[in-house]
Amino acid sequence: MCVLEERLASLSFEQLALPLFGRLYNFAHWLTQNREEAEDLVQETYAKALKGFSSFEPGTNFKAWMFRILRNTFLNSRTGLKAATVSLDLPDDDPTLPAERATPETILIDRAGQQIVQAAIADLAVPYREVLLLCELEEMSYQEIATALAIPIGTVMSRLSRARRTLREAVQKKLQRSSP
Amino acid sequence: MTEETPEKMTEATTHQSWIAKLDAYLDGELDSSQMQELDAHLRECPGCTAEALRRLQWKRTIHSVGQCYVPDPALREKIQRSISHAKPAWWQWRPAFAAAATILLLFATGRILQQAVIRPHPHPVQESQMVGELADLHVATLASANPVDVVSSDRHNVKPWFAGKIPFTFNLPELQGSQFELLGGRVSYVEQSPGAQLLFRVRKHQISVFIFQERALPAGFRRWGEIDARSFHLESWQRDGLQYFAISDVAPEDLRALSALMKQ
Repeated sequence: MCVLEERLASLSFEQLALPLFGRLYNFAHWLTQNREEAEDLVQETYAKALKGFSSFEPGTNFKAWMFRILRNTFLNSRTGLKAATVSLDLPDDDPTLPAERATPETILIDRAGQQIVQAAIADLAVPYREVLLLCELEEMSYQEIATALAIPIGTVMSRLSRARRTLREAVQKKLQRSSP
Repeated sequence: MTEETPEKMTEATTHQSWIAKLDAYLDGELDSSQMQELDAHLRECPGCTAEALRRLQWKRTIHSVGQCYVPDPALREKIQRSISHAKPAWWQWRPAFAAAATILLLFATGRILQQAVIRPHPHPVQESQMVGELADLHVATLASANPVDVVSSDRHNVKPWFAGKIPFTFNLPELQGSQFELLGGRVSYVEQSPGAQLLFRVRKHQISVFIFQERALPAGFRRWGEIDARSFHLESWQRDGLQYFAISDVAPEDLRALSALMKQ
């Protein structure tokens, strides 16, 4: 009985945590920008998650909980500490960003090559990059992102808006530079 | 310099206010009344519709570009090994649930083994192993606080969610007018092969439909027909190189009805 109990319990943790492996790794690589660091980060995340599983509240979002552990672990790493010292251009709680209009330039941006967009995402400051990736890649709700990053939902919205605007502007600049 | 009339200014302000809501609209973050209002506006305003499409294209671009880092399979195996023999702490504070789940698992396994012995079959051991694994996955899903990773009853949301997560695609039936409701899906694994797990509801029961690549499964898993495991019913079929398994505690008729819809 004891063996079966343990098997069932460990199966449950595997069932919850292992399907997130690919996503956690992708997110870790985006944060660290380095394969070895991303691998270390994911391993540490799983070790911490298993150790702290008792603090996970049943009925709450396990995925957001795992991403939160990964992100906190990253912030305590050497690369993360460096990223955390980057100052943001706008205060987080300033939602008064001007609305955009489509221009011929933005149409060009839409046709930008994948490498240009990828480089522009990598250039975003970590607070913007993480919120953008959790929304667009992980398709998390604003509330889930707020839980994962431990920030207010208003901050999620303003950072997301700022991230999208900065990304579009960066791609536009890269396109202008690459055009003859 | 021409002066803007109050009407033009009001119209411009209105457009700005709609456009300011577009991101939240595309992220699915507006409440239903705001969603309907913006829907109605988009039907009448080509300018805002073009802007919405442009932003949607951006979302898709980021989604596609963002999934670019693939982990080394060795890392997955290493992590799986490190967590597979550990005893999670929640077991200690959820003894009642754990005991119930264990009893259920023992009961199911006993029934399945008993059935495998009673019914002659070319691969009795492999069949019981297959049913046991799928039953484990199904029970673990039902026991999970987050049974599915994509929560949607819309097949047009669920199917695209699997793109890039599993190495194949599949069709989902239109369930409108049927007794079945799609709850969502998640990536699942059998014998270290990734596949899709779809969760459906019929009345108060839930049905898991697993889809794997036929060639990725061991011989004992490649089969079709019905298995009555007494506690669980399982129906499996093959199509376009994919192996489907539907498993649940519902009546076999219900399982057959869902399978028929899936086969359409």
